[in-house]
Amino acid sequence: MIVAKQKPIEEILEGVRGAGRILVAGCNECVTVCEAGGKKEVAVLASALRMSFMNQGQEVKIDEITLERQCDREYVEELRKLIDQYDVVLSLACGVGVQFLAETYLRTPVIPGVDTCFMGATEQRGVWTERCQGCGQCILARTGGICPVSRCAKRLFNGPCGGSTRGKCEIDKDLDCGWQLIINRLKELDRLEDYEVLLPIKDWSKERAGGPRRIVREDVR
Amino acid sequence: MITEIKTPSKLEKTLKAGHLAVTSECGPPRGSDGEVIKKKAEMIRNHVDAINITDNQTSVTRLCSLASVIHIKLMGLEPILQMVTRDRNRIALQSDILGAASFDIFNILCLSGDHQVFGDNPKGQNVFDLDSMQLIQTVRHMRDEGKFLGGDPIERPPRMFVGAAANPFADPFEIRVPRLAKKIAAGVEFIQTQCIFNVEKFKLYMKLAADRGLTEKAFILAGVTPLKSVGMAKYMKNRVPGMDVPDEVVKRMSGVPKDKQAEEGIKICVETILQLKEVPGVRGFHVMAIEWEEKVPEIVEKSGLYPRPKIE
Amino acid sequence: MRLQYPSSIRIICLPCTGKVDLIHLLRSFEKGADGVYVVGCMEGSCQFTSGNLRARKRVEQARALLNAVGIGGDRVQMYNLSSSEAPRFVEIAEEMTRNILALGPNPIKIARKKAAA
Repeated sequence: MIVAKQKPIEEILEGVRGAGRILVAGCNECVTVCEAGGKKEVAVLASALRMSFMNQGQEVKIDEITLERQCDREYVEELRKLIDQYDVVLSLACGVGVQFLAETYLRTPVIPGVDTCFMGATEQRGVWTERCQGCGQCILARTGGICPVSRCAKRLFNGPCGGSTRGKCEIDKDLDCGWQLIINRLKELDRLEDYEVLLPIKDWSKERAGGPRRIVREDVR
Repeated sequence: MITEIKTPSKLEKTLKAGHLAVTSECGPPRGSDGEVIKKKAEMIRNHVDAINITDNQTSVTRLCSLASVIHIKLMGLEPILQMVTRDRNRIALQSDILGAASFDIFNILCLSGDHQVFGDNPKGQNVFDLDSMQLIQTVRHMRDEGKFLGGDPIERPPRMFVGAAANPFADPFEIRVPRLAKKIAAGVEFIQTQCIFNVEKFKLYMKLAADRGLTEKAFILAGVTPLKSVGMAKYMKNRVPGMDVPDEVVKRMSGVPKDKQAEEGIKICVETILQLKEVPGVRGFHVMAIEWEEKVPEIVEKSGLYPRPKIE
Repeated sequence: MRLQYPSSIRIICLPCTGKVDLIHLLRSFEKGADGVYVVGCMEGSCQFTSGNLRARKRVEQARALLNAVGIGGDRVQMYNLSSSEAPRFVEIAEEMTRNILALGPNPIKIARKKAAA
């Protein structure tokens, strides 16, 4: 899922300064799972904002809503009848949701309440780690199910580099060396000879480098 | 052993003539004064067959390797262009290779490069459009097929002797030799290893490489570094990834008074070279005396590697 | 034991402090409470294993937020004691009351009064 982290409250307060009516909008999917922008986080943030404004002697209307998703029109439409009641929408959805709201409601500023970081998994409660960078051409079958693009700090296709130390990456001793993981997995799968296959030069045009991407499925349109 | 000469590289000719080659490296300055590089190269002119110029090593921004090798070439010396894939995409890499080739630079060392977090621009992007093995393939393709990666023909293709680094002491040990095999399969022709202090481990690595026939397919130059002090020995042992400095070496350095440590370091370096000369598959030495280039002549002479053979 | 404790304290009973959520702590201050303290079992003796540990974490979160919005994180505290330690309960109650009196009323109350004036 998309993993995000809530922005520091100081930054959020700066963003809503001057607004008299704020809607804090959460999302029930990814940001709920990574505890950054779900219903609970919306309630906490709204309460903190209220207290902050009250403390400065300002009366500000702060409402809360959590949409099922902010990346699908049918859910985003639910705000249509309410949107004019607010000066600003503070969206706790990932960057996709913030933008989708902004594109739908052109006359209401939508500002982000979280920093969207990566596509990852929940390793344990409170720990989320990156797994995928959306390179558009998955080669996981050739690397024992471990991605060299997202798990190697240098996205080497024929790693590890000389900095790999005791299974950890040279940039952070708490970070697993992606290539060590691949080697370990190939060993478990009894396919260590795959290690010697030279992985070819990557076609980066399928990822960010090729420009903003789109997928069209004519068969379901 | 391969003897067919493929490029005008003096290093290639030296190795294929059966001599033990000697290379060393110079680090460019953190400024635009080309004289710094020229002075360093001048110090080792007669004691090496070729000189590596590092490429923004440890991600610290310096005068680029490309300009530096041109300075060296214009002095009549034999440079080795070090190229990392951290900072340039495939367009720039091929372009810089042509730039070097336009000045008749005949040697290249293909590396991935240290992560930028170690240098002076930790917030910068990194590129890694290609990795070191793919760069090796690229140079060979440009040289042997005379074509760009995109497929178009190259006017006056580069003629470069292709090298890469190898670290027998990095983790995990079990894939060190498979990694060497991979680089050779990618087209590498010479290897410079990380500096060796643990000769026994290196011997094991070389034996495993020889068992697979790899020492016949590429010229392996053993890396050595003279220790300046016990502090340096300890730093390299504990803080540099992929470095194996045995306790005996540290002990030996700490066993002499401070003002004698540099001398001891050079002694150890020379002894290491003499031991390595006996290891099958070692075809030369890469002397890395970072910021201590003035000691290279002494090391080369004391190791019986002077004078260098005259190669046309 | 019929010990006395300050009358300014309102007690809310819970089966476990693990049931206290961050929003409960914050809402109390929103509504004008001057201080909130969470009293849970001794660490390691939670009947539900780690409810009191979660409560402590939430109290820490509340402290950070209250500091950030200018209310003051010292107004919320976590204490641990065993249910048989009545004198300790009184001690805590008195300590908390003293601390809150020293900190003064919830700034929101003051701000509201000013606005109403």
